[in-house]
Amino acid sequence: MLRLLNIELQKLRYNRAARVISIVYFVLITFIALIASIEFNFGSFNFRVADQGIFNFPFIWHFNSYMGALLKIFLAIVIVSMMSNEYSYRTLKQNLIDGLSKKEFVISKFLTVLLFAVISTIFLFIVSFILGMSFSDYKEIGIIFSDFEYILAYFIKLVAFFSFCLFLGVLVKRSAFALGFLIIWYIIEKIIYGVLEWRLFRDSDVADTVMQFFPLEAMSNLIIEPFSRLGAVQSAASQLGDAFTKSYDVSPIAIAIALAWTFLFIYWSFLILKRRDL
Amino acid sequence: MESILTINNLTKRFGPITAVDDLSFTIEKGNVYGILGPNGSGKSTTLGIVLNVVNKTSGNFHWFDGKGTTHEALKKVGAIIERPNFYPYMTAVQNLELVCKIKEVDASKVEEKLETVGLLERKNSKFSTFSLGMKQRLAIASALLNDPEILILDEPTNGLDPQGIHQIREIIKRIASEGTTILLASHLLDEVEKVCTHVVILRKGKSLYVGSVDSMNASHGFFTLQAADMVALQATLEGNSDFGLLKREGELLIAYLNAPMDSAELNRFLFEKGIVVSHLVKRKESLEEQFLELTKHQN
Repeated sequence: MLRLLNIELQKLRYNRAARVISIVYFVLITFIALIASIEFNFGSFNFRVADQGIFNFPFIWHFNSYMGALLKIFLAIVIVSMMSNEYSYRTLKQNLIDGLSKKEFVISKFLTVLLFAVISTIFLFIVSFILGMSFSDYKEIGIIFSDFEYILAYFIKLVAFFSFCLFLGVLVKRSAFALGFLIIWYIIEKIIYGVLEWRLFRDSDVADTVMQFFPLEAMSNLIIEPFSRLGAVQSAASQLGDAFTKSYDVSPIAIAIALAWTFLFIYWSFLILKRRDL
Repeated sequence: MESILTINNLTKRFGPITAVDDLSFTIEKGNVYGILGPNGSGKSTTLGIVLNVVNKTSGNFHWFDGKGTTHEALKKVGAIIERPNFYPYMTAVQNLELVCKIKEVDASKVEEKLETVGLLERKNSKFSTFSLGMKQRLAIASALLNDPEILILDEPTNGLDPQGIHQIREIIKRIASEGTTILLASHLLDEVEKVCTHVVILRKGKSLYVGSVDSMNASHGFFTLQAADMVALQATLEGNSDFGLLKREGELLIAYLNAPMDSAELNRFLFEKGIVVSHLVKRKESLEEQFLELTKHQN
């Protein structure tokens, strides 16, 4: 295990592009803190984001894991290119000749994906904790450590998404095309959703029921957007007579679906490599 | 003798094309093998299969005694296929350290092997800055890191300049003299002839011959001769049952032997018959001539 991770980290460590993007990614996570300093002045009306309760425990776990997950595309670039580089440098072939099995090769990539997700999660936890301690109105232990499932959901979301990227890298072999495929896949899912929701099954929740099984939709269902949960938005909505009634909880079904996709992506990556003549 | 690689009835098809056709041979310890064959005869595909990068269609092969998986066995093998493949952004040393991790050997040999191939002074240069010859030498260093039981080289001098070819050949000869089993795939016959003791000849995915270079052709060689009186020379040799085919080639007479005979013996024989030769050379068929002969028979 450690040997395989070690092999992969050596490949990444000396790759300047991978290093730069990873650093940018982690710096950007800390920049979530900068949201605190956003201020608007509409004449006499002064609006400060930090005062809207977004940094209150436990809401901050939800808000930060949602915001942090938006940045995952940066690491996706690193992961897709760490796979497609193996094709373009033909080092995949050389690794196998040197005595790495195809299974070990996939495992070493997956371990790296896990490591990236673990570090991101720990990092997000620390940033959120510090922000919360500075701005939250409530600092009781019980409140601080409630709603912790968002951190778990964040971790699973990253693992599933990075596994998808890894799979695309294995499948498509070229990093630019793999990322393009990712975007096209996102659009396809949205189109299917649109067709189901607005054409075929109007006024029913068939569309949502079906769509939750699609990979990107499943990942996005892990953490529901936190904005409509904000006090200001809620009160504005109730004034308009349209109160939000949706659930913001992390659903176990979403977790199960995301984990199933993760398994499939890694297993398919292995199958593709096994069948392919290199 | 201890066998290193055994291949039985190996077949590989790419769609309608059969690249390797029912191939069987055994590589034994301590010999230097050449795999010969024209382009597209299945050399690289065969090596690809035994090196775990190409899937076989049918048949089987096993490394060493057949115990353990192929990828475990490959840790005891050093191999270079086609062109050298390394991470361009890493230095020579970093690349070799990575190979050590994959092969699970200690990284202490890195400098020693770089020394062997003469790259020690460039050890901290990035792979992308290397010339083709240097890349190929780095690949050899990498293949040697685990002090392999067998070294497999596929077209190691392809695309190199004469100096590069010479350097690679010297390295191969040195490694062979240390007793390492070598398998060298090439379509350059003189290359194989210079270093190999055994050959495997492939054509259209089938093996035509497996065995030592010496016993490849049963012939006893031939003489090229010239004398003042060529007619008398030819007549004399026709009367000697040790000679078979006689052939005029320009000023020279080519006389093929049916039985072993050395040049001194022939010289004495001709002198006793009153013929003085001005040119007398004994030769064996070159590997190229033998190879052409073998492949011709199969047509």
